[in-house]
Amino acid sequence: MYVAVKGGEAAIANSEMLLAETRRGDPALPEIGTAQIASQLSLAVDRVMTEGSLYDRELAALAIKQAQGDLLEAVFLLRAFRTTLPRFGASEPIDTARMVVRRRISATFKDVPGGQILGPSYDYTHRLLDFSLLATGGAPADAPRAPVDPGPMPHVLALLDREGLIEPERDSDAGAPVPDVTRDPTTFPTDRATRLQALARGDEGFLLALGYSVQRGYGRNHPFAGEIRLGEVEIEFTPEELGFPVTIGAATVTECEMVNQFKGSAKEPPQFTRGYGLAFGHSERKTMSMALVDRALRARELGEDVEAPAQDEEFVLYHADNVEASGFVQHLKLPHYVDFQSELVMIRGMRAAAAAGAPTAEPPLRVAVGED
Amino acid sequence: MTMSSTTGRPIADDPAVTLRRRWMAALARTERTSLEDAWSGLAAAPGYAHLRAPEIGMVMVRGRTGGTGRRFNLGEMTVTRCVVRLADGRLGFGYVAGRDRRHAELAALFDALLQDESSRPELMERVILPAEAAIRRAEDVAREKAAATRVQFFTMVRGE
Repeated sequence: MYVAVKGGEAAIANSEMLLAETRRGDPALPEIGTAQIASQLSLAVDRVMTEGSLYDRELAALAIKQAQGDLLEAVFLLRAFRTTLPRFGASEPIDTARMVVRRRISATFKDVPGGQILGPSYDYTHRLLDFSLLATGGAPADAPRAPVDPGPMPHVLALLDREGLIEPERDSDAGAPVPDVTRDPTTFPTDRATRLQALARGDEGFLLALGYSVQRGYGRNHPFAGEIRLGEVEIEFTPEELGFPVTIGAATVTECEMVNQFKGSAKEPPQFTRGYGLAFGHSERKTMSMALVDRALRARELGEDVEAPAQDEEFVLYHADNVEASGFVQHLKLPHYVDFQSELVMIRGMRAAAAAGAPTAEPPLRVAVGED
Repeated sequence: MTMSSTTGRPIADDPAVTLRRRWMAALARTERTSLEDAWSGLAAAPGYAHLRAPEIGMVMVRGRTGGTGRRFNLGEMTVTRCVVRLADGRLGFGYVAGRDRRHAELAALFDALLQDESSRPELMERVILPAEAAIRRAEDVAREKAAATRVQFFTMVRGE
């Protein structure tokens, strides 16, 4: 049975007005601007762009403002907006080797060509609250500059590749179509390109927990952070009318390359294996988690047993998207009056039967009908 | 010869194409205000019509597995495009990241103007070279600040 009930229009309209007032906060305080959010809450903006799957700092800042800083709600807003825009095509693949590097570290080699460049990082801060930020007005001193090493800054894993110690990563089929989880339904088993797109859009918290589970032994794959690099890359796009790629702008990205334990066979000597993470903005925790989970999800391909949650592609890909997850969890707030009525009738019946001394029957499995 | 990985077609080693890609990159990456200033500084602003009015859309940004392997879709980026036709028939294209319609229009206009070899040297001098210099300056500052955070390892020798 499906019963349509109308009502609540006035309540909803008033709720939205109350929401707007709550969002604005104390009117005696200056209103926060999206330019301030984009500039001063830049890591929040980076996360929203990455999981919202749309590189646009201003729109991400607007989404954060509109969502009162609820980043998952902001991701949802950005995802909804992107469905309103036409897609002109796909970019040339970004070349992270040509990045203007602002940070680059390797946990596998101390001395790497180009050096260990810390860049802007919280890693070495003491994590003590800085009460000087309670006051406003003082601009920080200019960060120091130093002469730039003119030498190259190759990918650290390329050094291992040169010796044949790590599985090579080449584009063996440059003309192959690129799967797109936003256009094609995901079918299992998936390929790595599908998984990387889903992981890039995936919830940082979920991937962090899964990556952590891998480290704790659920699908252990012995990871080392071979390289993490942050910086700006040019985005090139080939308009059909022109037939040659043109630079349309630049984007900040973070890349993480994990080195993991070996794969070998009777025919091939053992080699290190790889996990890869890439995200918009400065998203280090995200790309590290992504690389751990990417490697874990390659279990089948690498002949490992699939035993742990992080290795189970259906489990990971079906639960990584926080817009889908949030929608399904929060739909429980919608009226389920009729569903629940049927449960009430059932439990009253069962209790009456029990009071009358009848044998207790197993309750039937709940079947989702009606309002769901 | 470089192949376009999107279209599979060769990117012509044609110097005219190389030069055009260079100015289109500068026009896309520079500030809109600098193009606006250059436009209003023209002795006579040419008449033009939109072949494609400025339109906001997206480009799917792709990465490569492991940085060098197979392509995958990372996420989209907002892009504005515009195509103009000058009175003399030349077409100009603007493809600019973001949602600034006027920026895409100005990029298209200068793309058209720069195709005219008689006006090109002056426009390269007044518009493209300063834009490239500004982009390079910003990149140099970023690189120099990063270089100051490079770790200088030293080893302490203990004992003999």
